[in-house]
This record gives sequence, structure tokens and C-alpha cells, in this order.
Amino acid sequence: MSTLTSIAFLIASVLFIVGIKLLASPKTARKGNLVAALGMLIALFAVLPLLHGPHGTSVSFWKLLLILVGIVIGLIVGAAGAYRVKMTGMPQMVALFNGAGGGAAALVAGIEFAHVTRASSTMFVVSMLCAALIGAVSLSGSIIAYFKLEGHFDKPVTYPAQQVMNGLLFVMSLLLGLAMAAGSHSMVLMALFLVLALALGVLMVLPIGGADMPVVISLLNSFTGLAVAADGFAIENIAMIIAGTLVGSSGTLLTLTMCKAMNRPVTNVLFSAFGKVDAAATDAAAVSGSVRSVQADEAAMLLGVAARVVIVPGYGLAVAQAQHQVRQLADELAKKGVEVSYAIHPVAGRMPGHMNVLLAEADVPYDQLIEMEAINPEMDRVDVCLVIGANDVVNPAAREDKSSPIYGMPIIEAEKAGTVILMKRSMGKGFAGIENALFLRDNCRMLFGDAKASLQELVTLVKAG
Amino acid sequence: MNADMLIFFIFVLSIFLGFELISKVPSMLHTPLMSGTNAIHGIILLGGMLVLASAEGFIQHVAGFLAVVLGSANVFGGFMVTDRMLQMFKRKK
Repeated sequence: MSTLTSIAFLIASVLFIVGIKLLASPKTARKGNLVAALGMLIALFAVLPLLHGPHGTSVSFWKLLLILVGIVIGLIVGAAGAYRVKMTGMPQMVALFNGAGGGAAALVAGIEFAHVTRASSTMFVVSMLCAALIGAVSLSGSIIAYFKLEGHFDKPVTYPAQQVMNGLLFVMSLLLGLAMAAGSHSMVLMALFLVLALALGVLMVLPIGGADMPVVISLLNSFTGLAVAADGFAIENIAMIIAGTLVGSSGTLLTLTMCKAMNRPVTNVLFSAFGKVDAAATDAAAVSGSVRSVQADEAAMLLGVAARVVIVPGYGLAVAQAQHQVRQLADELAKKGVEVSYAIHPVAGRMPGHMNVLLAEADVPYDQLIEMEAINPEMDRVDVCLVIGANDVVNPAAREDKSSPIYGMPIIEAEKAGTVILMKRSMGKGFAGIENALFLRDNCRMLFGDAKASLQELVTLVKAG
Repeated sequence: MNADMLIFFIFVLSIFLGFELISKVPSMLHTPLMSGTNAIHGIILLGGMLVLASAEGFIQHVAGFLAVVLGSANVFGGFMVTDRMLQMFKRKK
């Protein structure tokens, strides 16, 4: 590798680091993404002098053309996906891009394996096998996660002895990998190894509930990073090692942070189907009391006379595509002198921060968005808390009912506000599939109906009133 | 210290750097951050280009070409979708 190429890779690596750092703050996040993209562009050009044909020959014109065609096809597919996806479908898109990266990592390792000889170092072979295994798991796991988020599976797929089966499959892949590392360099074994890894990815994600997919995608994202780093070891590319490792470790930390926000250990997310909560058990803990429903005109009046309103948006808001109507309502209330802010639960929406993206799309300034920890101490000074399409994240059972499956999960303490107006389509349960005691509180009013239509009505009423 | 060991040093230090970099990220940025790092592992495109360049035989060409297409979709799509998310984060004018 020439000095110039080395320096280019060094600059690219530094830009990745600076980019991730800038991505971590709202003011600089967009710049951070562009800085990382610039690093990638430099790395892409820096690799050109390293390209060589079979057995160290110089690379042919047709090969270069083939590479260029491949890049252009990927660019078109990627750009089409990135610009056409709706903001509500963002988690699915990230899952697909991640799967693409994992698939590429597995393929690179698979091809590189053909070049293994008796003289190859063990580290070389082992890193290739790691890349193939992790990359293939990431590919098939991401595809299942995509279908789960699209709603193609109603409930987690479970069957008897599932964990034993998965464990056996994992052990089989490991044994096969060991045999290959020990000297069985057959491409047939490599193909079998990849198939086992793909099956492992599918079976790992199938039993996990749709609500936990963000954690799964974040984990698979760090997996792909590690697979890329392992490929970097195998083909001796330092930029791939650094970039892949950074993604692997930051992705792991992000996964743990997300689990912490839901107060569940990561092992609980991955190995016990959350959706399996016993229907009988939750019914036994049923709450008593009556639900008070409210009409839009009364709700509008309550909002109009309040001094301070806090809006708690949930995934129901995103599904109804009502983020623009929420902003209109907030604007109308602000005109009347009402102080409006938004309380964002760490896992509101389908991914941490997903709700912020959706509200940003509706031009809600981000300094009106307040995180859960900051809003809770102020909640008893709030006159009206308007909960839109959120359920589990405001369920007081998380704080009060030790038998509840969500006990211990931090929640937005909506029940402390003077009045809680809950906008919901029906009395249905949230992701966790449990009853919400908040609905039955004395200070809670239910406004049933489609979030978008109800909000539109509220906007008109508040404007008129 | 040999070259392999040096690379291993860089690997371990990168792990700790990755943890440090995002230890204080507000949850509102978790989705863009996941998406942004997702784009960065698109550097696998380099690996795809390298193996396709030195590919021999039909199967290796097909697999290498596929790796380039997938890597390219990961890297370009990843940065574009992240930018689309982040351009919406604005302060009140």
C-alpha cells in the first residue's frame, strides 16, 4: 500500500470518527452525516490503486466497468429507497440497508475463502469465517425484521424447544467453522456454512415481537459492523477494520441504551418472546372502574383554558399520519397564550428518536420536544396532558403494579397532570398487550376516534373558541 | 511488534473509541445515529470492489458483483436516508 493511499485511509477514518461525534448532537448532526459521507468518498477513491486482477495481475478495463455498473445500480436502488420511503417506514428502510451491508460482508468473505491455501494464517481464515457467519445472520435477520415491521407476522413465531433448536444450530455452525479453520478448505463447506448462518438469523428473529424490532435492528447493525471489521482483517484493509469496529461498538452501546429505556435486559428481548404474556394472567390483574369519554368540543374547551399543555405523541399518531395536525393544534393553542410542549418517551414510535423525526417532518421545532426525565418532575404543574395514540408509555402500572410485565419500565407520568385527555381509536391494548389503568382514573377523559380526524376537529374548535 | 499485532491494537482501541463517541447521545438522535452508523459500515463496498477485481470464474464474478451492488446500496442509501431525517431537525425561526 502506497503512502498516499495510507494517508487517504487515515483521513477517511478520522472523518468517520468526527462524523459520529457530530451526529451525537442535534445542532451538528446533519453536518456529522456529511462529514462521514466525505470520509467514505475519500475511501472509495483511495481503494482504486489497490484493485488488482487474479494472481496480482493488473485489473482489466472490463472488470473496472463491471465494478462501476455495480456501484451505479446500488446507488440507484439505494437513492430510490432513501427518497421514496415514508418517515413512518424509516425503521424498515434502515433494516433493509443493514441487511444489504450484511449480505455484502458475507459474500466478500465467501469469495475470499476461495483464496485460502495451506499457507494462510489462522487469523486470516478465522476472521473470514466470522465475517461470513455474522454477515449472513445480519442479512437474514434484517429481512425478517423488515417483514415484522411491515406487519406480515401477527405475533411472534414460537414452537416447542425453540431455544434448544437455535442452540443446536449455533453449535453446528461453530463446529463446521472449526473444521474449516482446521484445514477443510472446501467451497461446499463454505456454502453449507453460509446456509446454516442464514437459517440462524431467521430463527433468531422469528420469536421476537414486532415491538422489539428496533432493538433487533440496532443489534444487527452492530453485527454488520463487526462482520465488516472481520472482512477488513481478512483482506487487510485498515479503513474497513476501523469503520466496522466503530459501528460494532457504538451499535452495541446503542442497543444496550435502548433496552435500558425499556428497563429490560438485552437477553430478555432476544430470548423470551415478549408477546407470549399470558392472556389469563393479565385479565386476572384487571383493573376496575369506569371509562369517561369526552367529546371534541369539551376537549377543545379544556385545552383552550389551560395555561400549560403537554402533548404525549405515540405510534398511533404516526400511523394516522397526524403529525401536521398536531403542530396546527399546538400553533392555535400558542396563539391563545397556552404554553405547549411535547413529552417524548425514549421509545415512542417504532425506534428511539423515531418520534422526533416524525415531528420534525411536521416542522415542530426541536426545542419544544422535552425528554421524559425532564418533563416528569413538572408534570403536576401541567393543566392538560394530551396523549395521542400512546398507551404503554403512560401506563401507571409500570410504576405501581409489580405483577405487570412492564413493571419497572420508565414512563411519562401523565396521570399527575390536572386532566389527561387520551386520544385513541378504541379501548384496545398497546404493544405489550396489557390493560392500562390510566384510562380509568378520575382525571382521565377518553376521546375516541381516528387521531387525524379528531385533531382536525380540535384545531377548528380551538380556532373558533 | 509485528504488523498483525499492530492491527489488533487499532481494533481494540477502536472498540473503546466507539463506546466513548456515543456515550452521551440524547434519545432523539438514536434513530439518525443508527442510520448514520449503518451507512458507515457500507464501507464493505471497498471489500466488494477488491474481491470483484480479483474474481475468477463465473460464481465469483456473480457473487462479487452482488457484493458491490449491495455495498453500494448500503453506503449511498444509508447516507441519503440519514440526511433526509436530519434536514428536518430545525430550531424555531
